[in-house]
Amino acid sequence: MQPNSFSMKNPTRYLLPAALCLAAMLALPVHATAEGPADAKGPVILPTEVLALPVEQAILTAPPHVPPAIKRTYSARVVVNLEVREVVAKLADGVEYTFWTYGGQVPGSFIRIREGDIVEFHLNNHPSSKLPHNIDLHAVTGPGGGAASTFTAPGHSSQFTFQALNPGLYVYHCATAPVPMHIGNGMYGLILVEPKGGLPPVDKEYYVMQGEFYTSGRYGEEGLQSFDMGKAIDERPPYVVFNGAVGSLVGDKAITANVGEHVRIYFGVGGPNLTSSFHIIGEIFDKVYPEAGLSLPNANVQTTLVPSGGAAVVEFKVDVPGTFILVDHSLTRAFNKGALGMLKVSGPENRVIYSGKEIDAVYLGAQAEEGSDSAKREAELKAKILAEIRSNPAITSLTKEMQVEKGKQVYMGLCFACHQPDGKGLPGAFPPLAGSDYLLADRERAIRTVLKGQTGPITVNGVIINSAMPPQEAVLTDQQIADVLTYVYNSWGNKGDAFTRDDVKSIRNQNH
Amino acid sequence: MHGFRQHLPGQRALLALAVLGLAGSTFAAPPADMVPIPAGRYTPLLRSTKDAPQVAVAAFLLDARPVTNAEFLAFVTANPKWRRSQVSKLFADSSYLENWTGDLEPGLKAPLPAPVVRVSWFAARAYARAAGKRLPTIAEWEFAAAAGYTGPDGRKDEALNRDLYAWLARPVPAVLADVATAKPNFYGACGLHGLVWEWVDDFNTAMVTGESRADTGLERDLFCGAGSIGAKDTGDYAAFMRSALRSSLQANNTTSSLGFRCARDVTLTASTP
Repeated sequence: MQPNSFSMKNPTRYLLPAALCLAAMLALPVHATAEGPADAKGPVILPTEVLALPVEQAILTAPPHVPPAIKRTYSARVVVNLEVREVVAKLADGVEYTFWTYGGQVPGSFIRIREGDIVEFHLNNHPSSKLPHNIDLHAVTGPGGGAASTFTAPGHSSQFTFQALNPGLYVYHCATAPVPMHIGNGMYGLILVEPKGGLPPVDKEYYVMQGEFYTSGRYGEEGLQSFDMGKAIDERPPYVVFNGAVGSLVGDKAITANVGEHVRIYFGVGGPNLTSSFHIIGEIFDKVYPEAGLSLPNANVQTTLVPSGGAAVVEFKVDVPGTFILVDHSLTRAFNKGALGMLKVSGPENRVIYSGKEIDAVYLGAQAEEGSDSAKREAELKAKILAEIRSNPAITSLTKEMQVEKGKQVYMGLCFACHQPDGKGLPGAFPPLAGSDYLLADRERAIRTVLKGQTGPITVNGVIINSAMPPQEAVLTDQQIADVLTYVYNSWGNKGDAFTRDDVKSIRNQNH
Repeated sequence: MHGFRQHLPGQRALLALAVLGLAGSTFAAPPADMVPIPAGRYTPLLRSTKDAPQVAVAAFLLDARPVTNAEFLAFVTANPKWRRSQVSKLFADSSYLENWTGDLEPGLKAPLPAPVVRVSWFAARAYARAAGKRLPTIAEWEFAAAAGYTGPDGRKDEALNRDLYAWLARPVPAVLADVATAKPNFYGACGLHGLVWEWVDDFNTAMVTGESRADTGLERDLFCGAGSIGAKDTGDYAAFMRSALRSSLQANNTTSSLGFRCARDVTLTASTP
């Protein structure tokens, strides 16, 4: 877990005492009438029951962090102070851009209120701004979502009040002409209106927002980039990114969780134009509140479609450790334009759920058709290789050595009981193999004996032995018989060539 | 660039003669610090169905450059009621000339040759009157600023558009560049784009309401009814930005990137010795 990552388990330290909130409210800028916007109507006269509501200063957080869950069970008057600033910041390595921001970063500060709250909204346009700005909050019921009421010249401040009637996760954005440029420069963010009953508790909450940037230069072209009106109108952005920059959620800046935790991501799309196919590689969203209505979630979702100017809430439990990649599954955006983020999950492995790589083997795919010219050529080459191997004393001796070792394993598992580990047999009962004239005189007979067994008197080294050996043809493969005979023919002072599988096979196939 | 600069003065002189000739004047040449803008037609960015699709613009003279701190210092020196400490709050808000060190000291953040900013519309108008001039109208300013570096239609001037959007892409610098750094356009007016925003006389008739989607609605009648505005106009983002800025302002407001320049009628120029 990153040191600055927000933990839902300790929300109290973020809550300011009510007295402090009131003080902060009194310290707000007050407009001289002569300096206010032309259409300013003056403060709304609120009914006494609304005036009686407790006053709170909204806690705003920069992405990927989210303000603490709301604990109160009653409505409040919430004061929101949002500052608009035009800032030069990094869009990618070596690439700078002048972002127009709500709160100094892209996306804008996350705002969290509760259904039924009365929100006193202050939009403060920094004196260094070149342009007027405003805000349209999709959580607002009223013309323009607050746009006309918050239209603010550089170095000025506007105020309006609204009541949050509908719960949900909503996009807010600048609606000053030309709107696509204001949004295209980063003027968007999310406001969460928690339902009266709250949201189910989770372990980690994060804030991720997608937007595209229409830079004058190609992707990766260094230096301070300008907004390109032509590319914007044609909807050809060189950059599609999460949280305002390539790599804003990568490496040290990745969002984090521990195995077993429940994670909730508030995901929005600022646009100005593109719809996102939001997906986390290797995770399945247990729940998605599609279009962020916070009423009926869908279960078990792989990819959720989030429109420009829309949002979704996704929830999932992280079961195994590793790095999970956030992407827009319109994948050239992820691969070529920057729409990549990381969720790093730490904790113990669970190889039943996910084993990791178990085997890496060569796979040749479908073989060439039998009888094809290529197959014939392949067979010729194989035969040639085999002949080369056989004629190469070094390789042949290695092959024989290996057969001896394998044959020894067969012998010590099966044959040693009668013929004894030293190959000397038991006098009068089982014939010897070491130095046996009977054995070494006839290789084919040796194979046949192992395959079919041997009953009746034989003479070995001048001694008649009348015994019985059971057939092994059902027990041993041709290769095993070749191996064990190679072992026997090359142990205890015996010397002989190796037996091949084909040698055994030809005898096995004889009917007699 | 060299060839361009060398042939322009001659072209401008011809243009000046044409402008003045049209005005029916016997006058010879405009003041050195002003350039003649010929008569033409301006297509407003946003208008209601009742407005004419085009506005006629008579020939006029326009300051070649925005007013500098040096020039404004001379004005406030001569007119104490426009000094920062003495100006009426009705005519200039609390950030009027805030970047100056003192009443009569522009200081390091406001170099003398740089354009004056943090001035209200009232102050700009008073300055113009004192100089025997006036502020240009939206139609005049936009018509003059519609020119590119090499021709009267800047929309096709790639170099101008590149410079314009590069300027828009940068925040306001702590110290503005000297007016002399600005490039002249086809009429010889320097820095209409790329230096500061500029006050116009009728700024408060700009029709951006702050709810720009509704503003587009204003236009929709026009698209259906007359269909005379091409898509190229909704694509002129810089024009929208100027319109939005004008609409956001009160006459006593000042900002860190808003200055002005003056204009003068051609006939008036001709009758002045």
